[in-house]
Amino acid sequence: MNGMHADFLTLLAGIIGLLIVASGVGYVLKQRIAPDGNNATIENLNARILAWWGMTAFLAVAFLAGRGGVILLFAFVSFAALREFVTLTDRRRADHWAIAAAFFVILPAQYALIWWEWYGMWSALIPVYAFLILPIIAVLQSDTEDFLMRISQMQWSLMICVFCASHVPALLFLDIPGFEGRNVLLIVFLIVVVQLSDVLQYTWGKLLGRHPVAPKLSPSKTWEGLIGGVASATLIGTALWWITPFTPLQAALMSLIITLAGFFGGLVMSAIKRDRGVKDWGHMIAGHGGFIDRLDSVVFSAPIFFHLTRYFWSMT
Amino acid sequence: MGQLLFKLFFAWLTGNAITTFARFITAVRAIWDGVEPVPMQRVYFANHTSNGDFILIWTVLPPNLRAQTRPVAGADYWLTSPLRTFIGRDVFNAVLIDRNSETRTDDPMQLILDGIDTGASLIIFPEGTRNMTDAPLLPFKSGIFNISKARPEVDLVPVWIDNLNDVMPKGKLVPIPLLCTVTFGAPIRAEAGESREDFLKRAEVALLNLAPKDKQPDDAEVAA
Repeated sequence: MNGMHADFLTLLAGIIGLLIVASGVGYVLKQRIAPDGNNATIENLNARILAWWGMTAFLAVAFLAGRGGVILLFAFVSFAALREFVTLTDRRRADHWAIAAAFFVILPAQYALIWWEWYGMWSALIPVYAFLILPIIAVLQSDTEDFLMRISQMQWSLMICVFCASHVPALLFLDIPGFEGRNVLLIVFLIVVVQLSDVLQYTWGKLLGRHPVAPKLSPSKTWEGLIGGVASATLIGTALWWITPFTPLQAALMSLIITLAGFFGGLVMSAIKRDRGVKDWGHMIAGHGGFIDRLDSVVFSAPIFFHLTRYFWSMT
Repeated sequence: MGQLLFKLFFAWLTGNAITTFARFITAVRAIWDGVEPVPMQRVYFANHTSNGDFILIWTVLPPNLRAQTRPVAGADYWLTSPLRTFIGRDVFNAVLIDRNSETRTDDPMQLILDGIDTGASLIIFPEGTRNMTDAPLLPFKSGIFNISKARPEVDLVPVWIDNLNDVMPKGKLVPIPLLCTVTFGAPIRAEAGESREDFLKRAEVALLNLAPKDKQPDDAEVAA
């Protein structure tokens, strides 16, 4: 446990160092280029850095509070994300009880099952039971207009915001020989690599980006940003092998897979925003939009990271 | 004395519990679009789709404005049980008017003007009742015109509450969490010689202009 805490604190110090540098750069840029705050890119950058401080503090406190803290943190994140997602879906009055059940029954049950480490049940609760029960609750209201569309949107909201996101705290319960008591570092690894990949894609894209990957979806996602971001985040992930059960080569492969999953997750979530005609998912985090705007890449990479680690390293 | 302090404390606590719960469910955000959150005496007039409407406005007002802002609410609803009476009278300090013209003893307009004369800001729902239709607004009642005529120095601020009707539709006990916004627009006043009809139309348009584009009836009508 002490080794875990020491490693965690080392990492935390590293992240805080990075944020101090970023804040310094943001401050200098603002003073040099637009001290009156009329450069949107710099203002956005500084808002993002400030939000990063908040998120780091929040994560650090939750992690130091132990497994209960991590589970509660992600349960809250799921709640906030689901609130954003459902706000953008097509709902009818007939869906009221089904949606209420998603928020107040399915979501808490999912995290309780993870707390109880009941793998067979938490991995089936949403894609099997919720997907059957929610349409039943909805159909009892006898409103068939756009039924398939309403149900699909309800189910996908749960899939993204609760099922996928809950794989992050589930990493705590993998049983990896020689890695006992250090599982929280798997979460740190996943989040640091995927989020740095986002930041680095943004940075490389701003510096060199010329050729958009999917111009219809997101003009800011460029091949230069993608390749530079994924490559540099993979390098950082490789350098972090010592906090994981992986060898450096395995850490590199894992980093590559989760950064690519994260990139495509961001793309899919952009498509949904386009479809719904909004720029951001919500307004909870200044500079980042909503929770889902910050989480999109993590939710897509978390289940893949969980299952790869479980299949190749875990005894459970 | 002790009892009074306890009651005040309990009302304060209940008020905070209610606004905290409202934030938990709706993550409500205020948009000040044409008016600033400064301590001026105002009459906020808003669209009305849910019993939680004035709670949401109350939640987003800065504490110093909240302290001087009183909702105008139906006594026929808020005085019908001890709990509602406590919330309506002690927590929200509502100006309670009886909407039933046959049983009431006080003139509602007089109660409202008395409220304004104490220096308070008011929250009022000019549709008179909750809007259960698909139309964005019901026709306004004359109240806000009469207020502006009687107290022409007070600004009337339009306030659009978005999404709360889906959070807790009528007859449902459990709310569903959805993001809500409360948009405050540029103030209006009845102008000298302006007819009741013209003013109410202008007030409706000012309020509708704050609604998200997809909820507005159609551009030509609003621009008129």
